[in-house]
Amino acid sequence: MTVKYTPDHEWIELTGDDDIATVGITQHAQDALGDVVFVDLPAVGATLEQKAIAGVVESVKAAADLYAPVSGSVIDVNEALRADPSLANSDPLGQGWFFKIKLSDRAQFDALLDGPAYEQLVQNS
Amino acid sequence: MPDTTALLKTPLHTLHLELGARMVPFAGYEMPVQYAGIIAEHKQCREAAALFDVSHMGQLRLSGDDAARALESLVPVDVVDLPVGKQRYGFFTNPNGGLLDDLMITRRADDLFLVVNASCKNADIAHLRTHIGHRCQIQPLPDRALLALQGPKAAVALARLNADVTSLTFMSGNTFELAGAACFVTRSGYTGEDGFEISVPAEQAEGLARALLAQPEVAPAGLGARDTLRLEAGLCLYGHDIDANTTPVEAGLTWAIQKVRRPGGAREGHYPGALTLANQLAHGPTNKRVGLVGLERAPVREGTKIVDSHGHALGHVTSGTLGPSVNQPIAMAYLPVNHTAPGGTVYAVVRERHLPMQVRGMPFAPHRYHRG
Repeated sequence: MTVKYTPDHEWIELTGDDDIATVGITQHAQDALGDVVFVDLPAVGATLEQKAIAGVVESVKAAADLYAPVSGSVIDVNEALRADPSLANSDPLGQGWFFKIKLSDRAQFDALLDGPAYEQLVQNS
Repeated sequence: MPDTTALLKTPLHTLHLELGARMVPFAGYEMPVQYAGIIAEHKQCREAAALFDVSHMGQLRLSGDDAARALESLVPVDVVDLPVGKQRYGFFTNPNGGLLDDLMITRRADDLFLVVNASCKNADIAHLRTHIGHRCQIQPLPDRALLALQGPKAAVALARLNADVTSLTFMSGNTFELAGAACFVTRSGYTGEDGFEISVPAEQAEGLARALLAQPEVAPAGLGARDTLRLEAGLCLYGHDIDANTTPVEAGLTWAIQKVRRPGGAREGHYPGALTLANQLAHGPTNKRVGLVGLERAPVREGTKIVDSHGHALGHVTSGTLGPSVNQPIAMAYLPVNHTAPGGTVYAVVRERHLPMQVRGMPFAPHRYHRG
């Protein structure tokens, strides 16, 4: 199990050897956004390029784009999050996940930030 | 981090930091946008009582025998007949009938007490001095803070500090001692709820705020909740829903122009833009502010284009959010009058999709003022 992070405050977790990863927003991102009231999720089956807009997360005050941390195809989205967007606040790294993606290039994943590097980025922001 | 060195601070600044507020620049001040979270604070106000620091707003007094008549030369509002202890909503207009600012006017025994918007207060003071400075004394009150206690339990909480405040009804005001401070209190606010606005000497503001926060019904709320509450209440935000290019008639504020000041009234006209407004009152405006409720879940925000079913541009959203109490996207927009009938459908262009919105009367959440 490996979790990586993007400078845009997404997390991505590889759980097995099948190159399927789960994507969500970080604790820092949900805190900065405040109360999340709406999420726009990608379509299952969609092919995403790394850094393409994969969805939108909207809080009471602001809207933010969600970017694909890696290239690949969307194989599942979190319907529970669509029904209750506040999961992104209450459990951003767990039940508040956004979508699952089948990686097309494992090297992109490996090149993302690890935990300490992301923490440092947040500290310096 | 934004550069906050040049920002002004209200007398409650230290208290905001102690309460864990997230501070943001707003109208030249460093202000709390939220404490616990916007939705929690919004619900706190709808269900119990919320305390807002609105000390950034301008407070001023107009005094002298001619003050009321002088003020009437700048606002299309009946000030002369306003009884002592009563408050009225009004606005300054420009020669085109556009809105320079909106304000609250309270007649007191010896003066008129005005509350104006933070972003406009310097311009308002200059406007007053230029046009009526020779007719009355215009005294800004920067040594006073302003607190707003809003919500269905506001009266219960405030009455513990001074039971006499319950004598006030909506849009009235009087002087009361609260937590040892000589305060001027009006029963009014900007949330649609029953509540009070309390003008307090700056050095006693923190003591009063702490006394209010010590009441079990009361929790602090920031600018974020203030904005969602006022939008649900259908109230205009200056610089967004109204500005120098919109008239009170277009904004749907004709209710605030009393008969006596309208064409045919005893003191009609004689304020900037009176002819334009008379014409709009007689024939109706071309565009009007309306309420919109989203039929889909996505919030529709300020600046969003509104189109008809054929995709033709109609206007744009001036304020929009997902209303925490009504739990739907709500917005205000200016639309051509033939698209303003309640029940009609228009479309908000959000991320290249056309989201249906229904034209709706306002407020979005019912007002619960204490009218006595």
